[in-house]
Amino acid sequence: MSRASIEIGFVPLVDAAPLIVAHEMGFAAEEGLALALVREPSWSNIRDKAALGLYPAAHMLAPMPLAMSLGAGAMQAEVLAPYVLTIGGGAVGVSVALAAEMGLDGPDRFGDARAMGVALLRAAERRPVAIGAPFPQSMHVELLRYWLEGCGGDPDRDVSFQTVPPPLMVEALAAGQIDAFCVGEPWGSLAVERGAARLVLPGAAIWGWAPEKALGVRRDWAEAHPDTLSALLRALFRAGRWLGRPANLATAAELMARPDYLGVASTLIERGLTGALSVDASGAIRRTQRFIGFAGVEASFPWRSQAQWIAARAAPRWGVDPATAHAAAGACFRPDLYRAALKPLAADLPGASSKVEGALESRIGVASAQGALFLGPDRFFDGRAFDPGA
Amino acid sequence: MSTLRVAVVDADRDRALMIVDGLKGAFDDIDVIVIGDETGLARRIAEARADVVLLDLASPSRDALEQMAAASGSMERPVAMFVDRSDAETTRAAIEAGVSAYVVDGLEKRRIRAIVEMAISRFHAVARLRAELAATREALSERKTIDRAKGLLMKARGLSEEEAYALLRKTAMEKGRKLADIARALIDAAELLR
Repeated sequence: MSRASIEIGFVPLVDAAPLIVAHEMGFAAEEGLALALVREPSWSNIRDKAALGLYPAAHMLAPMPLAMSLGAGAMQAEVLAPYVLTIGGGAVGVSVALAAEMGLDGPDRFGDARAMGVALLRAAERRPVAIGAPFPQSMHVELLRYWLEGCGGDPDRDVSFQTVPPPLMVEALAAGQIDAFCVGEPWGSLAVERGAARLVLPGAAIWGWAPEKALGVRRDWAEAHPDTLSALLRALFRAGRWLGRPANLATAAELMARPDYLGVASTLIERGLTGALSVDASGAIRRTQRFIGFAGVEASFPWRSQAQWIAARAAPRWGVDPATAHAAAGACFRPDLYRAALKPLAADLPGASSKVEGALESRIGVASAQGALFLGPDRFFDGRAFDPGA
Repeated sequence: MSTLRVAVVDADRDRALMIVDGLKGAFDDIDVIVIGDETGLARRIAEARADVVLLDLASPSRDALEQMAAASGSMERPVAMFVDRSDAETTRAAIEAGVSAYVVDGLEKRRIRAIVEMAISRFHAVARLRAELAATREALSERKTIDRAKGLLMKARGLSEEEAYALLRKTAMEKGRKLADIARALIDAAELLR
């Protein structure tokens, strides 16, 4: 039997790991698939090629499938998210000059979202602060805004946002075009390595378990090729499980360092995979628990409530009615497709398809088919929770 | 009709110049500027007061333009990607050729389409030229490899040039491989035995 071939676009980031591992470690081949991974320099290319059907599936920023379905941005297309590729994995960094103005030379407060947010807002009272984020419809923008609002700021008035592609973040910072950024690894670590930035927060310090990237698939392709889609989700799930074993991470970093994938040193990639980040030029290492998540149902289940959080936050800025966005979100993230695909792997699936986001202080067992599914912690830094039904 | 200002954003200088020539040759009422350095691209485009921006899809700076497209109201000259239902085909052709177009709101679609189609044809022409050049280089390097292999055979077995070539050809045909591959293998083996 010939293998089903799928062309998948990706942007060079550590969080593309499940796609790269599914291909390189043979999980896709074992599911009868031949993946052709195509590196793209911009999220706009991913969006347009997915919308035009040149890619049946793609590595997407978690808000992209919803934004595309709602027509926020240049191209409208019905795109579904049947699988969350990555949780977290990004970091907030500031220029060396801004770090000094924020008074970060004293005791280390890396990861203290409230202290860092207040320090940044105070600095922004004295000077303009431009923050780089990779795309208008991204979790980076959502997390930055949530963080600054939660620290008493007004993101529209106190700072400005600039769209800067991840590989160009270092140059933009060095050129003084931006003063701070939120970006996926390895690009934050690269900025530290070049002496241009100091990392102040892992993304997980803002929201402990935030959906970062999703697999985006065109609805018409998903409906015409249900078996191929299921096989792809199983290959990704097995890749995620493989990435969940710490002993495999050095190998993953080596694979991803290749020029056709990320093209940066494997040692830099390993920082993002393990959550042991070097935060400033002195080389000080800070370890973040649950910095990035790929493994298991806990990381990859596409909760409707995740999409509804995005809808609730972004709809006003996208120019979409909140009720319309809420309904579209429920139809965009597709736990039903995930369940159908993963049944043969005997993965323990949750009973519900939606949950209160940010409610778990610690690890707890939740209602599931086999009673062995554990979730959490997943708190927001300000202790608020998001109830999609409220 | 008023003069249109077109900005061509392409780090590939040769291709950018081909597009400029193409546009100037085909349209009278047009000003074309080339932006090669993409740092601060959004600002450069605003300063250039371009009506149409033609951008290489291989440029990561493309996402910076997305912000211009997204920021409605606040922008003096709102920019949108050139997509429109009647033009899905042009858009698809552009994306496949590797070029995207952003236009200021309110321009006549037919005029823009002609410009975009010109850019598409130039992108294709450059891709074709490059493919031909690569094929020529490959053929030239194969020619050199075969000549070296012939020389080795002539020296080692006292053959004439025709005999050496005939032997290489016969071997390639018997093994079902390319002549250049057999020649390469012979050179590699000779280097090992030296």
